Amino acid sequence: MRAALISAPFLWLLALVAAPSLLLGWIAFGSAAEGVPPVAPPLAWQAGAPVWQGSLESFALLLEDPHYAGALLRSLLVAAGTAGLALLLGYPMAYAVAEARPRWRLPLLALVLAPVWTGLMPRLGAWIGLLRDEGWINGVLLRAGLIEAPLTLLFSDVALFAGMLHSYLPYAVLPLAIALARRDRGLEAAAADLGAAPGRVFLSVTLPLSLPAVAAAFLLVFIPAAGEFVIPELLGPPGDPLLGRVIWAEFFQSRDWPLAAALALVLLAVLALPIRAYQRLGRG
Amino acid sequence: MTLRRALCLGLLFGALLAGRTAAAQPVLNVYNWADYIDPYVVQRFQAETGIRVRYDVYDSLETLEGKLSSGRSGYDLIVPTSEPTFARLVRAGALRPLDQARIPNWGNLDPALMARVATVDPGNRFGAIYLWGTVGLGVRADAVRQILPGARFDQLDLLLRPENAAKLARCGLAVMDSATDVLPSVLRWLGKAPDSTAPADLRAAEQALLAVRPQLRAIPGSGALLDMLARGEICVALTYSGDVIQAAARAREAGRGVEIAYAAPESGAHLWFDLLAIPADAPNPEAAEAFINFLLRPEVMAAITGHVRYPNAVPAARPLVPAAVREDPSVYPSAESLARAFVPGTLSPAEDRARSRLWSRFKAGR
Repeated sequence: MRAALISAPFLWLLALVAAPSLLLGWIAFGSAAEGVPPVAPPLAWQAGAPVWQGSLESFALLLEDPHYAGALLRSLLVAAGTAGLALLLGYPMAYAVAEARPRWRLPLLALVLAPVWTGLMPRLGAWIGLLRDEGWINGVLLRAGLIEAPLTLLFSDVALFAGMLHSYLPYAVLPLAIALARRDRGLEAAAADLGAAPGRVFLSVTLPLSLPAVAAAFLLVFIPAAGEFVIPELLGPPGDPLLGRVIWAEFFQSRDWPLAAALALVLLAVLALPIRAYQRLGRG
Repeated sequence: MTLRRALCLGLLFGALLAGRTAAAQPVLNVYNWADYIDPYVVQRFQAETGIRVRYDVYDSLETLEGKLSSGRSGYDLIVPTSEPTFARLVRAGALRPLDQARIPNWGNLDPALMARVATVDPGNRFGAIYLWGTVGLGVRADAVRQILPGARFDQLDLLLRPENAAKLARCGLAVMDSATDVLPSVLRWLGKAPDSTAPADLRAAEQALLAVRPQLRAIPGSGALLDMLARGEICVALTYSGDVIQAAARAREAGRGVEIAYAAPESGAHLWFDLLAIPADAPNPEAAEAFINFLLRPEVMAAITGHVRYPNAVPAARPLVPAAVREDPSVYPSAESLARAFVPGTLSPAEDRARSRLWSRFKAGR
């Protein structure tokens, strides 16, 4: 029984993390071919013996063509921007939830999560309706005489970050709200007794104590945002080379599965770095 | 429950299930483009044959190929475009040869059009033409006439000459997101071979596209582009003929004064065909062949063309198509423009990838 309980998470990791990663590696070291599936595996059986026919071409191409490094950089910047904005907006929201009376906390958290329940497509559709040239925002600004021609809001960074924040903000608020609600208020009272002003208490006691939660909130937004491709596709600048879209294009448009798999592995490796740093932070 | 009783129940249930499947209605799984059939046609086929049709739709060749490329898609009938998907499926051995003996209406197909597909499917063994069309410009005529009076819609100059694009940018320019269906027309406009693989030609096409890239409002999938055109958000778009004609009909119905016209490039349009084909691992190929035979009846094809406004390849159907659609030159191109039209040839996988990388660079704008 005990062995079963302990092995459960490992089986989970094996099935959902290790096995897919191995499969990605298998495809990434293969080469694109015409067939079903459109990839020649790196190892083939010939006359009863395995023959290595894999290639490093996909990884070489990633280094060679600056398009891919550019896409990675831009994805990381967009993800960091989204996570940063989500913290700026999410921290006060989480603080308000934590300071509310206990019986209000759950309803308030439910309100924070409400956008997640509406589904991604209707939410993005609503943003398109708001932001397009003939949309509500331009309509109001034009009527009010504040602008003469409609602003280009849709298919821009404004729309991209609006959509990203709307989708990912709850992931930042949730860990912050829980950590802030559970904090030891005695420390703040002690600081106040020793003569610290409320601002000083917040900056010297509350904020430093919540830093692990801040880091967790940042990562919870940053990691999924780095691979996002639906929101940039529907709201962002046309052809904006974000890694999620580049992987999609290599997989579906070029049908170069090895290159798409190599890109996915690189993204996985790059995202493992901040997680590693977070573990260090937790220990130190 | 004792083990024995459970076993008995299980056996009984199994027997019931087996009985059901033996007597069950045959099912035909169709995977076709969205908005690409007259729904009444499917009903009539079900009523006549007793075969139940399960009908799924896609809106890009990428989706279709994505489903098929992992194998065992479960579909009996698919409708890939001649280049690149159908050609690639033929080469990959992913299609089942059609048994023409089971498709007596095969003789209704226009041999001249079928010959154009034979370049990718020698002997027409794997596909029958369903509908076809051209790639050209969808133009919001009312707005463009105001900005550029006297401009010709049947020349890609309208979109690809930077001075025109600069004037029309405010009104909205778009190109559909498809390397395979846009690059041939651009190469032709530059006076090059549409299927050229010469690096210099491809660089010239990339430069031409990049020159107008800053003026493009969007590079959407063809389905999204249809919606944008119909709403009047785009003034000039390079996309499929039938999509523009559907957008024009929708804009007319909305009655907001948006007037949309289609024009294929006068110097020669990119011609494409969508083919009825059966995946090699189709569970019910006989039903698929029965459906193909049904679709090739003149009166059925006429109903489909009347509904979706793409021409078909059954000459006997043409007199039965409603006159408004039949006489629209943007639906059925004239004999001269058909003679000037081109079908791009097949590219090797490496050449194909080179083109799709060019396309990503163009979309990114560098």
